[in-house]
Amino acid sequence: MSRRPLIREVPPTSWYFRQPRYLRYMSREITSIFIGAYCVLLVVGLQRLAAGPAAWEGFLAALKSPASIVFQFLCLVAAVYHAATWFNATQKAMPIQIGEDFVPGNLISGAHYAAWAVLSFGVLFLAGVF
Amino acid sequence: MAKSHKPVVWFPFAAGGTVIAFCIPVIVLLTFLAALGHVPAGLSYEKLHAFAASGIGKLVLFGVIALSAWSSAHRLRCTCYDFGLRADTLVATVLYVAAIVGSIAAALFLLRI
Repeated sequence: MSRRPLIREVPPTSWYFRQPRYLRYMSREITSIFIGAYCVLLVVGLQRLAAGPAAWEGFLAALKSPASIVFQFLCLVAAVYHAATWFNATQKAMPIQIGEDFVPGNLISGAHYAAWAVLSFGVLFLAGVF
Repeated sequence: MAKSHKPVVWFPFAAGGTVIAFCIPVIVLLTFLAALGHVPAGLSYEKLHAFAASGIGKLVLFGVIALSAWSSAHRLRCTCYDFGLRADTLVATVLYVAAIVGSIAAALFLLRI
């Protein structure tokens, strides 16, 4: 009599519906689709910028199409979601120990959020938004 | 000492994740504002061209685009696997080549500015 090892079949295309935390993991994963697509938009934008003022104006006009507005809104949501989950993970990924004690995790994440806010407002200010 | 090529993939991935978190939301916000009709002054041809023409501007733009592209290519590879697309070698090759081509294209366009 031989004992066969336990092999649990994992459905390869629907496993993430089993657990809410798997769904949260996958929702974070799919933000990479939007970031990747947005990188393509940035490269196209650089090409238009290098091609001269008329090409750049055409690029800005193309950004205003309804499909582009929807796409960029989704990219914005994906980028903010990626940033928030990334900063929340920093306290687990790089805990800081001082003497015997660990620095509170919320302080590490909070510092990242603060730096993010300062950087974002700085860029918006330099870009002349306000 | 064990040798592995993984750090070559992993370093730009981790750096890219940080760059995406800190820089991409505000960049998307800028182009989103432009899409809504409120084109920020910094996105005018003169201002942006002057920025991209400076050495520091080229470095910032190339760093953000190349690291974001590489990081999202690596994450897309994992996403494809998680969604049940198990042809990992093919997926990895297509995505990494796309990221490298995108980065080289960005560098060439920046050098032309």
